[in-house]
Amino acid sequence: MIENIIINGLIHSGVYALLAVGFSLVFGVARIINLAHTAFYMLAAYLIFTFTSSFGLNLPLSVILSVVAVTIIGLLSYKLLIDPVREHETTVLIVTIALAIIIQEVMLNRYGGQAGGIPSLVSGYTEILGVKVTNQHLLTFGVALIVLLGTWALLLKTKVGIGVRSAAQDREVANLMGINVARIGMITMAVAVALAAIAGALVAPLFALQPHMWMHPLVMVLAIVVLGGLGSIKGSFVGAFILGFAETSVVFAIPEGSFLKGAVALSIMLVVILIRPQGLFGVAFEEER
Amino acid sequence: MTGIISGYINRAYKELRGEILVLPSRTVALLFCLTLFLLPLITSEPYTLRILIMASIFAIFAASWDLLSGFTGQMNFGHALFFGVAAYTSALLNLHFSLPVWLSIPLGALGAVLAGLVIGVPCLRLRGPYLALATLAFPLILTGILFVFPGITGGELGVSGIDRLSSSRVTDYYIVVTLMISLGFVMWKITDSKTGIIFHAIREDEVTARASGINTTKYKLLAFCLSGLFAGIAGGLYVHFMRIAGPSTLELMLSFQAILWAIFGGIATIYGPIAGVFILYPLLEFTRFMPEWRMLFFAVIVLLVLLFMPEGLITRVRDKIEKECPRCKLRNIATRKSCRVCGVDLG
Repeated sequence: MIENIIINGLIHSGVYALLAVGFSLVFGVARIINLAHTAFYMLAAYLIFTFTSSFGLNLPLSVILSVVAVTIIGLLSYKLLIDPVREHETTVLIVTIALAIIIQEVMLNRYGGQAGGIPSLVSGYTEILGVKVTNQHLLTFGVALIVLLGTWALLLKTKVGIGVRSAAQDREVANLMGINVARIGMITMAVAVALAAIAGALVAPLFALQPHMWMHPLVMVLAIVVLGGLGSIKGSFVGAFILGFAETSVVFAIPEGSFLKGAVALSIMLVVILIRPQGLFGVAFEEER
Repeated sequence: MTGIISGYINRAYKELRGEILVLPSRTVALLFCLTLFLLPLITSEPYTLRILIMASIFAIFAASWDLLSGFTGQMNFGHALFFGVAAYTSALLNLHFSLPVWLSIPLGALGAVLAGLVIGVPCLRLRGPYLALATLAFPLILTGILFVFPGITGGELGVSGIDRLSSSRVTDYYIVVTLMISLGFVMWKITDSKTGIIFHAIREDEVTARASGINTTKYKLLAFCLSGLFAGIAGGLYVHFMRIAGPSTLELMLSFQAILWAIFGGIATIYGPIAGVFILYPLLEFTRFMPEWRMLFFAVIVLLVLLFMPEGLITRVRDKIEKECPRCKLRNIATRKSCRVCGVDLG
């Protein structure tokens, strides 16, 4: 059981980390709570399904195509729908939730309540600690880790990354230092949506595709980001692992109580932010100017 | 005797002309109430009445969200908590202790007030997005707890076999609509009072409000409790009308829907959310002829309206047909050249 928890926990946490890091980046830089974030994750999974089953493309090509397509859709929706109403914080919430519902409904109409699965990228399994792990699971975790490390390097080592981090710290001063904050916002959104799309591509062969598959990850991502501290990349990473493992432990330790997985994870988040209102690694935001 | 009565009628008529008919928004509100009251005389089709009853219940719910989040700025993403707590409390009290409807709904609302205190106290330390996302968690945790005790709560199926609100659909309609209008009026009065001004101040700048000697903690808790009370009444009415209290009363989508209706109409107005529900809820119902496309259609309409009127539909329309006098801050119909009270040029 312990081995199961560790291995499944790592995989779930990896996927959650991909989603949460992107969400956190967008919040940090653009101060947007993007409730459609996990809808892009769902969209990527569905696009892969479309490319493989309707157009007969091979799997690696359709993965790449769908990540690119979702990134473009994400950027367009940011530019056309979210950016014009940015001044009204509450309106952004509804615009993004409406966007998520639109994506969900289009998928529901196109594919019905239950679409088929996607074949795994790799077959076979490896035995680790006496647990049979399919290679697809290993690949999922491996890719998640590599992509996360890549994002980390992008943020810490490149000029664009420094721009993103400084815009997250203080938008106006960053602007005064000659950083094109609007462009940084676009880049951040692109990175975030691409991360969500990669997460979607990774889970597509593991889970059954459903038009409602964005709801649960959305709640988890919100909880993770708050737990780790809004806008903190390290926090999102650590939060993803804490809540991912909490969820998996509930599922494997009390199988008859697996409906409690969300409740347990959210309770952990609540306890933490009631003790530390700014989350684990969050800095208390100074009053926005 | 007749002199006194005609005096009253005269005064009522003067009030009507001087206070209500001078402003298009008030005239529309009056017409709206009159239409709701007179509608059963024209049609008593159960389906139409049902839609309007549901819209009225959700109007109370959306307005109560506005009272908390629109006015004090304490973003509540888990407003369904109040609705669900009241729904289950009313249902269980009615079922197991066979309390009559007029007792179980207020007690359910009291339960929601307690829920408001329970989440309000710890959440006082949180602000902005942290508060929003913490409140999101409460109804979902409660849903998990409900599933642990299927013996009491019925689990997935919920509690059923609850008393009807009244014996006939038309009576149900009058009870709910009267409550909606009077509670809406009460909420509007609260936000128009000194307390309402303090709520505004907390949203605009909490530190300054505190520096002006306002006990912001007290007022924030008050907002949570008041909001819980009204949302709880909505939850109780819902449960006695639908006669089932299920986990859907705590759903994430219900919380989001309250926010959606309120922002669509225009926040921090009370009448905005009510109008938002009465526009959007029937719209969703009347598009039943295209079942696969109605949610999509609904989302696209909301998106387009908000893209062009980000401050909300009703707020925008009201700003178009009325303007505020620069001197006395009273509102005037947009066609007037000078203020109706102080006569200043409106230009």
